[in-house]
Amino acid sequence: MDIKKTFEKYIDIFEKNFSNVKQHESSSLYKIRTEAYEKFKKHGMPDHNDENYKYAGISEICSQDYEFSLDSRGAIVDLNEYFQCEIKDLDTHIALLSNGEYYSNNKPIENIGEGVIICGLNMAINKYPEIIKEYYNQNAREYDDSFSELNTMFAKDGLFIYVPENTKIDKTIQLVNLIHGFGNKNIFKRNLIIVRKNSELSLVICDHTLNNSNNFVIDVTESVVLENAKFCYHNLQKEPNKTGVINSHFVKLNKYSKFDSYILSFHGGIIRNNLFVKMIGEFAESNLFGLNLTDREQRIDNYTLIEHDVPNCSSNELYKGILDEQAKGSFMGRIIVKPNAQKTLAYQTNRNICLTPEAKMRTKPQLEIYADDVKCSHGATVGQLDETALFYLKQRGINEKEAKLMLMFAFANDILLKINIVPLRERIAELIDSRLRGEFSACEHCLMNCNSR
Amino acid sequence: MILKLKNDNMLVIKNLHAEINGKKILKGLNLEVKPGEIHAIMGPNGSGKSTLSAVLAGKEDFIVTEGEIFYQGRNLFDLNVEERAKEGIFLSFQYPVEIPGVSMINFMKTAVNEQRKYRSLPPMSSGEFLKYMREMKDLVELKSDLANRSVNEGFSGGEKKRNEIFQMAMLKPKLAILDETDSGLDIDALRIVANGVNKVKTKENSVIVITHYQRLLEYIVPDFVHILYDGKIVKSAGKELAFELEEKGYNWIKDEIGD
Repeated sequence: MDIKKTFEKYIDIFEKNFSNVKQHESSSLYKIRTEAYEKFKKHGMPDHNDENYKYAGISEICSQDYEFSLDSRGAIVDLNEYFQCEIKDLDTHIALLSNGEYYSNNKPIENIGEGVIICGLNMAINKYPEIIKEYYNQNAREYDDSFSELNTMFAKDGLFIYVPENTKIDKTIQLVNLIHGFGNKNIFKRNLIIVRKNSELSLVICDHTLNNSNNFVIDVTESVVLENAKFCYHNLQKEPNKTGVINSHFVKLNKYSKFDSYILSFHGGIIRNNLFVKMIGEFAESNLFGLNLTDREQRIDNYTLIEHDVPNCSSNELYKGILDEQAKGSFMGRIIVKPNAQKTLAYQTNRNICLTPEAKMRTKPQLEIYADDVKCSHGATVGQLDETALFYLKQRGINEKEAKLMLMFAFANDILLKINIVPLRERIAELIDSRLRGEFSACEHCLMNCNSR
Repeated sequence: MILKLKNDNMLVIKNLHAEINGKKILKGLNLEVKPGEIHAIMGPNGSGKSTLSAVLAGKEDFIVTEGEIFYQGRNLFDLNVEERAKEGIFLSFQYPVEIPGVSMINFMKTAVNEQRKYRSLPPMSSGEFLKYMREMKDLVELKSDLANRSVNEGFSGGEKKRNEIFQMAMLKPKLAILDETDSGLDIDALRIVANGVNKVKTKENSVIVITHYQRLLEYIVPDFVHILYDGKIVKSAGKELAFELEEKGYNWIKDEIGD
C-alpha cells in the first residue's frame, strides 16, 4: 500500500457503501458525509509535499493495509468486567469505547445533573437530532483538513457529552478508548462535546490498545464551550509501536469561556495531534499544554492553530518533549491574530531535549499578527540535558542514570504542575517517572492504573 | 588491585599536568594533605586554582596529561565523579548550578541515600531525613524556606554559597574543596559560611580552601597556605603567608620566583 492506493481505497469504500441516502442514519448525515467526501476527493491524502503534514509520517502509516469494518460487531466479552480503570483517589465516571463504538454495556452515567447527557454519538444522532443539527461538524467543516474530512465521511460513533446551562459536573468524566481483537484495524472515532453557558466539565481520555496489531486510528473531537463555561480536556496517549493515530480536536470558545488542554503522549507509534482553537467571544482564555516522551522509532507531531478572532482573548501554549534513541517529532504552532483582535495576549513556548544524536525534533512557531495593540511572544528550543547540572548532581554522589532521570523529570515537571486535578497530577507524575525509567511496558494495561481481571 | 599507599595521607598529588581544549593549565603541581588538615590555595587569576578543584572532582572537560593523584591511598583516576563523591570528596562550587524543577529536598534525599547505600547503610526514612535536614539547616543558618525550593533557583549569591555549605553539612565529606566560597559574600554571610565549615570540621576530615583573599582565612584558619602560580605551587608556608600576600600582592611572588 501507499498514500495513493489508500486514498483510492477510501474513495472506493465511500462510493460503494455511502453514496445512497438510505445507507445513513439521516438525510442530514448523508449531506454532511457527502460534503466531506467531495472535499476529501478534492484535497486528497496529504503527503510530504503538504506543508502541514510534511513530517507526520503519513507514507509510513499508509504503507500498510488496514481492515475497514462497515458493520458494528460489538464486544463479545463484558468489557466492564474485563476492564477496570481507576485513578487512585479520583472519583470518575467511566465510559468505554470499544473499537470506536460506544460500548453498549457501559454503566449508565446518571444523577450528575439535570439535563446532562453522556452517551454514544450514534445514540445522540437518533435521540437528539436538534442538538446534532446545531453542533455536529460545525467546527470541523470550517477547516480544510483531509483527515477530518475522512473522519466525517466514515465515523459513526464516539462519545457525546451535553452539559446544559448552569451545571457544574463535579466528577471527572473518563473516556477509555479500547482497541481489541485481531487484525490491523482502521478505526474512526468522533466525539462531540457541548458545554453550555456557566457550566463546567472535566474530561480525561485515555487510549488503551489490547491487541498487538498495527492499527490506524483517525479521531475527531469537536468541542463547543459557550459563554462563561469551562472545559478541561486531558488526553493521555499510549499507543503500540506501529500504530498510526491522527487525532484532531476542534474547539470553539465563546465569551468569557475557558479551555484547558493537556495532551500527554507517553508512547507513540506514529501520532499526529491537531488542535484547532477558535476564539470567537471576547475575554475567552485557552491554555494548551503538551508533553511528549518518546524513544525507539516513535514519532509524535503536534500541530496547533489558535485563531484570535475577537479582542481581549488570551492564549497560552506550552509544549515540551523528550526524545530518546531514534525518536522523531515536530511541533508547529500557528497563531493568527485577526485585525480587530486588539488587546490579545498570545504566548507560545516549545522546548525539547534530544537525548541522542539520532533523535530529531523540528519546531516551527508561526505567528501571524494583524492587530497592532497585542502582546505576543514565542520561544522554541531543541537542546540536550544541561551538562553542568548533571555534573553538579553527580558530584553529590547521585549516579549518572538517576541524575539524568532527575533532570528529565524536572523538565517535564513544568507541564505536570499545570494539571489542576491533584490525584490525576500525582498519577501522571508516576507515569512520567516510570516512563522515564523505561519501566513503562510493565504497565500492561490502561494508562490510568487499571486492574485487569 | 587497589594500591595502598601510606594510610596517613588524605590526598597526594604528584606532578599533575592538566589541560582544557588543548590549553595547558596545570604544569606539575604537587600537594599532600593529611587527615584533619586545612590547606589554603591562593593565587592570581588564571593560575589554575579552579582547574585543580575540577580535576579533583572529576569534571570530564579537563584532561590530565601527566602525574598521579592518590586519595586515601587509591588512584583517584580509577573513580568516576559519583564514586569520588561517595568516597567523601565534596566540591563547593564557585558557581552553584540552578536546577529548576528539582527540589532541594528531593536532591538531598537522593544524594544522602545514594551515599548511604554505597556504605551499606539503609536509606533514611522520610521522618529521619527531615529531622536531619532541619538540624543541618540550623547548623549553617540556612533560611528554612530555601529547602522547599528548586535547587539554587532564584537564590541570591550568598544563599547559593550557604546552600553549598549546607550540602556539605548534610553529606559529611572526608575531603571538602571550597572553590572561592567567599566570592560574592558580604562580611556577615562570610562569617556564617565559615562557621558552618568549622562546625562540620572534625579531626579526621580535611579541607582545601581555594581563595583569592586572606579574608576567609581569618575564620577558617589554615594549617598551610600554598601559592599557586602558572600551574605550579611555588611557595608553601603556614597561615602567616596569607597575611604576607594580602600586604604585598602577587607581584611580590612573581619577583621572588624570578618570573
